[in-house]
Amino acid sequence: MTPLDIPTLVRLPAALPIRRGVVDASGWQMAASTMAKAGGRLVALWASDRGGSRGTWVCVAYASASGLVWLELPLAPGASSYPDLSEVFPAAGRMQRAAFDLSGVRAKGASDQRPWLNHGAWPADHFPLADRSVPAPGQLTDYPFVRVEGDGVHEIAVGPVHAGIIEPGHFRFSVVGEKVLRLEERLGYTHKGIEKRFTQLPPLEGYRLAGRVSGDTTVAYAWAYCMALESATDCEIPPRAQWLRALMLERERVANHLGDLGALGNDAALGIALAQFSRLKEDWLRVSKDLFGHRFMMDCVVPGGVAVDIDAAGAARLARQCDAIEVELQALRTIYDEHAGLQDRFAGTGRVRPELAVRLGLTGLAARASAQPADLRHDQPWPPYDALAVKVATHPAGDVAARVAVRFDEVFESLRLIRAIASGLPAGSTRCGVQLKQAEAFGAGWVEGWRGEVLVALELDAQGADVRVRRCHCHDPSWQNWPVIEHAVIGNIVPDFPLINKSFNLSYSGQDL
Amino acid sequence: MWKVIKQIARGGMPSEPPPVGDALREETQRIQGELLAILGQALTIRQVDAGSCNGCELEIHALANPYYNIEGLGIKFVASPRHADMLLVTGPVSRNMEVALRRTYDATPEPKLVVAVGDCGRDGGIFGEGYATCGGVAQVVPVDVVVPGCPPAPIEILRGILTAVQRGRGR
Repeated sequence: MTPLDIPTLVRLPAALPIRRGVVDASGWQMAASTMAKAGGRLVALWASDRGGSRGTWVCVAYASASGLVWLELPLAPGASSYPDLSEVFPAAGRMQRAAFDLSGVRAKGASDQRPWLNHGAWPADHFPLADRSVPAPGQLTDYPFVRVEGDGVHEIAVGPVHAGIIEPGHFRFSVVGEKVLRLEERLGYTHKGIEKRFTQLPPLEGYRLAGRVSGDTTVAYAWAYCMALESATDCEIPPRAQWLRALMLERERVANHLGDLGALGNDAALGIALAQFSRLKEDWLRVSKDLFGHRFMMDCVVPGGVAVDIDAAGAARLARQCDAIEVELQALRTIYDEHAGLQDRFAGTGRVRPELAVRLGLTGLAARASAQPADLRHDQPWPPYDALAVKVATHPAGDVAARVAVRFDEVFESLRLIRAIASGLPAGSTRCGVQLKQAEAFGAGWVEGWRGEVLVALELDAQGADVRVRRCHCHDPSWQNWPVIEHAVIGNIVPDFPLINKSFNLSYSGQDL
Repeated sequence: MWKVIKQIARGGMPSEPPPVGDALREETQRIQGELLAILGQALTIRQVDAGSCNGCELEIHALANPYYNIEGLGIKFVASPRHADMLLVTGPVSRNMEVALRRTYDATPEPKLVVAVGDCGRDGGIFGEGYATCGGVAQVVPVDVVVPGCPPAPIEILRGILTAVQRGRGR
């Protein structure tokens, strides 16, 4: 089934094929190279402190054509290191650094061991996910950026507070004149201790926190959390709930793409684009508010189903709005395509060639714009996507223009999906009860959000009748894509950075956690 | 170019007086009128994300769309705290952003106003206080007005800005 020959792999009860198994250190490395050879992707890496004699486990999730594989490596008592994966999958680098900052386990032999999420705000020997104590706040420390030296090279430091209405992060450019020689990102500024917070919430409440890992992806995260919880409790939700979740996921995709398409035009000095797209987005959000009770549909996906239902009139209204927006989008796309000034800024800018995309593990929308056709809705079509035949949008160019084109294509496809869902909604209930088991349980949720695949890996355990979250790891596709921006800007001019950055539109909060 | 003009013409002017019964748009118009009467001059705002989930940022962005038309009121988001009359801060304030927020506040010239946006800006919201967060914005810098909500609707943020300006005038 999977490229891996691991006897312990067991399929979790979930709508998508997700298997979990235990490996030893050599199996850990073998799995990585096997996955890489088979064209698999590294999705996430994290550590879990299981307390007492069970100690710490390092976990990794890979995606291949046959589904997701969640592998666990138990560390021997007293051991705090595991084999590095960043040589095989470069995207593992920052995840491993974060795993050290939070759980105190080190990737042995990794070339970059600098702290990632811990900026000095808590002591270097305090590991929040392993320690019960509350640390004394510390002083922020300087970060050893890599220096570029040479004739005429100078540095531009940007952030963490940015010039626009943007999340905080620091960018260190090394430039000659206008040309970027090197960009180094430093993130983690919005680290809020989300994964610790999950362990303080009842399992049935965690979906609200998951829906705030990255506000622009609230539906995808809430769905992934609920899918994980339903997987851990072996709960099958009613078909109508599945369809309504997909309806909201597609509406979230459209809302974000509309916002980005406007902002991208604006960043290339086409002001009318922002006015037009932000008007369409506002219309879109107001309908969400009317029909789902929240402009971003926060807290609408709940354990066991959905919190809101729509009637026939609501479904008809959704379809009508799709028709109306489609007409406007076609006009705007023609304007974009025919605008020489805009295309001059978009074409060839911030290029990520397909080979580089594969090497670095680029994922989601950005990967599809670099000729990587992965999309869970198509590759692992879970209900209701199994009945909708999602068409994957791709583009070979890998530049800003390609990321714009993929967004247009995806909006049109989502409008089609929304109409199909609105007319095909199965009858029945929208929610069922979720019964927590008084035992250790694992679950995973895997959803194609608008930015890319979102993963939630959940562990529950019970002390008597009290079932709690032992570990909840949320993974945002931004982890994979942030490092790629460092490559995408090389050789571009500094004033094109905002445009390139926007064309990826990655989440800070989603990766900072 | 004619396609651009055609598209503009087709979209019309959404910030025109609203049709009767559109409560949301009437509210926007009323607040815009009040803001002009109170302010009578431009207001510059520096937005600081001190650790939010980015939900509040989406709604602050929406203020610039043609419906709310915040720039049409003479309210402008500026790139530096040194140019700002007001800080619009979203939270919770992460410990990694605490120093940056303090420095931004110190760099803003007096008299300055601070509006904390969202439930998290108010008291840390669902993230609370912990090893990585300080809680609400008021834990780090003085706050004039809090706009609760998760996230608050654009119109509520506009109302919060107006309230802060009113209070600032009363000082």
